[in-house]
Amino acid sequence: MKRIKTLTNKTLKNTMAKGGCGECQTSCQSACKTSCTVGNQSCENNK
Amino acid sequence: MIHQYKNNGYNIVLDVCSGAVHVVDDVVYDVIALYEQESLTGIIEKLSSSYKEEDIKEAYEEIEELKEEGLLFAEDEYKEYVIDFKKRQTVVKALCLHIAHDCNLACKYCFAGKGEYNGDKSLMSLEVGKKAIDFLIQNSGNRRNLEVDFFGGEPLMNFEVVKGIVAYGRSLEEKYNKNFRFTLTTNGMLLNDEVMEFANKEMSNVVLSVDGRKEVNDRMRPTPNGKGSYDIFMPKFIKLANLRNQTNYYVRGTCTHYNLDFSKDVLHLADLGFKQISVEPVVSLSEEPYAIKEEDLPILFEEYDILAKELIKRKKEGNGFNFFHFMIDLEQGPCVAKRLSGCGSGVEYLSVTPWGDLYPCHQFVGEEDYLIGNLDDGITNTALRDEFKLCNVYAKEKCKNCFARFYCSGGCAANSYKFHGSILDAYDIGCELQKKRIECAIMIKAALAEQEDE
Repeated sequence: MKRIKTLTNKTLKNTMAKGGCGECQTSCQSACKTSCTVGNQSCENNK
Repeated sequence: MIHQYKNNGYNIVLDVCSGAVHVVDDVVYDVIALYEQESLTGIIEKLSSSYKEEDIKEAYEEIEELKEEGLLFAEDEYKEYVIDFKKRQTVVKALCLHIAHDCNLACKYCFAGKGEYNGDKSLMSLEVGKKAIDFLIQNSGNRRNLEVDFFGGEPLMNFEVVKGIVAYGRSLEEKYNKNFRFTLTTNGMLLNDEVMEFANKEMSNVVLSVDGRKEVNDRMRPTPNGKGSYDIFMPKFIKLANLRNQTNYYVRGTCTHYNLDFSKDVLHLADLGFKQISVEPVVSLSEEPYAIKEEDLPILFEEYDILAKELIKRKKEGNGFNFFHFMIDLEQGPCVAKRLSGCGSGVEYLSVTPWGDLYPCHQFVGEEDYLIGNLDDGITNTALRDEFKLCNVYAKEKCKNCFARFYCSGGCAANSYKFHGSILDAYDIGCELQKKRIECAIMIKAALAEQEDE
């Protein structure tokens, strides 16, 4: 592509099949405690 | 759904439902804005004064190609998934232990009422702590990784019990095939070599409270007799961060109306050598003089922009740091299930008071309507638990069509309750800040990706 640079082509839809194992960190246990910051976490299965 | 914006010279297009992120040229940027309302002919007509027809056609083709691949204009296919999700059996996987409802600082913005949560001073006994560990093991089903945060007040005012609970948890890991991840949130006043050694052996993460510059910190984080705290804890924080090899910790501050120029506080912490930094705008009702007000938003947005540019510069120079709210994992981020279920408060995540009562999270402690159970009887208010279970982005009017919904997952239930008396609403100032942070975080990725290409 000449005009578009795609930074990520992993689609959320693909995580519907295998997702939801729940082993990942609870967001408030990281650093926030007063907001909700799920999007910046990593999937435990990819570690 | 598309969210497109310009920041720091980048044209960024976020395809909300697929999660795909694109950096595009001006032609594509303008064509995308018209794509859903206009035919190609209509777009050419509208943009003919700005671009050549062949460029518009080329941009259009590239857009169509990505649409075909599901990376642009993807449909929201998750609403039905949420219905299934609700029926699932849930388990408890994280506890916030209120080790001490007491504190040795008198921070002016403390949501916990100077550590006492509008109740009496109280310390958790080892007996209650052990019961909490048993409760977590019994209610965690097949989940292996279990999280326990030592919180307060100031948990180091009850350090012996912290040690006892950790030892007890470790003694059960093998038997029950569990892996405890203990974390500690502390103001540092009681940090010493013994605590540091213990924390470095046992704590997977440590959150160290500091607001940034000395004068900013000391204004809001005084000792009970009104003196500054910065000089007492700062040398210890620096030492601990280095002992942890500058990883698996956060220095975590609060920014208020008094330090809207908080980028200076973040950079102050970075200049001291800290590599893991979080500074969050205070969440408090507008009658407080230190509260963030709506009119503060443009200033805070600009501060996030300043910080984002400086972060890129320092990363390029090899002197970067992590700013918690700019961290975003575009490649291996959370699955949709996680993004929809949010923080898990009241369901997967519970807070335990010093006397063993359970609340949906630390911020609800002291709100008697939100007492959800206790360690002896488990969850007694199942209606409340179910209310939290159903609390997701599609249950919230404000979130349904927001571009940020898969990043904040509907936001903080406690903040929503604080401002609107319901967990199904959203704290509006928090939403605006969150959206700005996501935009900055993605822009940083674009800038750093460009560097990799060079």
